[in-house]
Amino acid sequence: MKGKIFLKEKIIKNIFLLSSLTSIFFLAGITLILFKEGLPLFREINLKEFLWGKSWYPTYDPPEFGILPLILGSLWITLGALIIAVPLGVSASIYISELATPKIRNFLKLAIEMLTSIPSVIYGFLGIVVLGPWLQKFLNLPEGLCSLTASLLLALMAIPTITSLSEEALFSVSKDYKEASCALGATRWETIIKVTVPAAFSGISTAVLLGMGRAIGETMTVLMVAGGAAVIPRSFLQPARPITATIALEMGEAVVGSTHYHALFSLACILFMVSLALNLTADYFLTKFRRTSQ
Amino acid sequence: MKRITRILLLTCLVLTLIVPISQAGEGQLVVQGSTTVLPIAQAAAEVFMQNNSQANISVRGGGSGTGIAALIEGTCDIATASRPMKVKEILLCQKKGISPVPHIVAMDGIAVIVHSSNPVQGLNIEQIKDIYTGEITNWKELGGNDLKIVVISRDSASGTFETFSEIVLGGQKVKPEALAQASNNTVATIVATTKGAIGYVGLGYISNTVKALQVNGVIPEQETVVSGKYPISRPLYMYTDGAPQGVAKDFLEFICSDEGQKIVEEQGFVPLSF
Repeated sequence: MKGKIFLKEKIIKNIFLLSSLTSIFFLAGITLILFKEGLPLFREINLKEFLWGKSWYPTYDPPEFGILPLILGSLWITLGALIIAVPLGVSASIYISELATPKIRNFLKLAIEMLTSIPSVIYGFLGIVVLGPWLQKFLNLPEGLCSLTASLLLALMAIPTITSLSEEALFSVSKDYKEASCALGATRWETIIKVTVPAAFSGISTAVLLGMGRAIGETMTVLMVAGGAAVIPRSFLQPARPITATIALEMGEAVVGSTHYHALFSLACILFMVSLALNLTADYFLTKFRRTSQ
Repeated sequence: MKRITRILLLTCLVLTLIVPISQAGEGQLVVQGSTTVLPIAQAAAEVFMQNNSQANISVRGGGSGTGIAALIEGTCDIATASRPMKVKEILLCQKKGISPVPHIVAMDGIAVIVHSSNPVQGLNIEQIKDIYTGEITNWKELGGNDLKIVVISRDSASGTFETFSEIVLGGQKVKPEALAQASNNTVATIVATTKGAIGYVGLGYISNTVKALQVNGVIPEQETVVSGKYPISRPLYMYTDGAPQGVAKDFLEFICSDEGQKIVEEQGFVPLSF
């Protein structure tokens, strides 16, 4: 009887183990396929030409595969999004965790979480129909679909991530610190700026990095609103074309096994590595934060 | 415990390595070629297979050249092409003992559109080319207002782009500053909301929110496309080896039927009869 129960437990345990291992299988599989399909590119093009080339004309004769404008496009739009989202997100999180009454706090948290549930294609649609034409009119631009439009929408998408994670970080700063600071005669403002925020700094960094990951990996919105011009960005009022949009635009029609196809996979490899690096750094800050806040 | 884990892991690995075995059946038809014709072939194949449960049509893209090469090699039954066969290809066919038969299944017409407030009524091919290559950057050079031209193009892999590029640009590159959009619909939306914009879309996407320009003095409409007067147009072909037989014959007849031509129109192309 006991042996039977023991066996049952063992089986259940192994089923759970297997489920937890599937994610590793998928990760390994995805990495393998990305590199297997991406690396053959360098039989035809050298790495320097690929990374530093300034023109992306994959379907012309002869084709050009310079991805510098695409990488810079991604970074540029993400930078714009962070400039907007970080101050807004962090100050919102300070308000929610330190200043708001419990009732307002719960309401705001719910509202911000609702913001995450909006599908990205809806942001893109709003960008094309509302934000783009409005910016064009307001700033008197020749075109409404530019880096600024994309950055604004990505900021909107990164804000919930940044706010809720920073809020958690700020909230979990030990009460002892705050009370000690107040006991020493510091005002509430001084306590927040000089004690709570520095104590939660690693946690906030994690939040910002994950928000950045969200922005750099976003595809649908940027595909719809960034304009899609593969030029090196020089201003926020110019159209740009990020890596994700390029892959989404062209993968459907690239001939399987062609140079263009391999180039798109190499682009995906680069995006994957950037994302991975961001997540690993965020993880590093998170463990550091856990250690310091305890 | 460890052994069980090992066995489970092994099973997983083996399962992932098993390659699915493809089956060949009766009524199978392989259609390959032009990405421009792909949506027509795809949509028509879907409806055709619904009506004929025995037919199994697989549609592949790859480009007109790839399709014709596949027909010559015997790896496809119908080659789709957005251009007639080249002399070199016909010679290769003769060598391999293949007699290609062209079937025109639809017409492809591309309209050049601008914002409805734009006073420019028409352009010629040369002017459109100069706009897209970056030689002309302001509407006042073309008799319009003093307004920067916002050039909107398609992703370079799309069939519409392919046609436009061949007929208008003659293989020259679109300037990198041009906005590249993913679909006919987005191009139309952007042109409708951007004063200085110029874009190009399939004939089916002209609406009253944008203004379709005359090209070389010809209005883009079904009639001028079918008659060949409108310059940015071309017939779309399906090639078979010899006269089509069996499923291939039925499929081609279906595309040329009223129902098939309706699909052609739905996909944004111009039907042969209207």
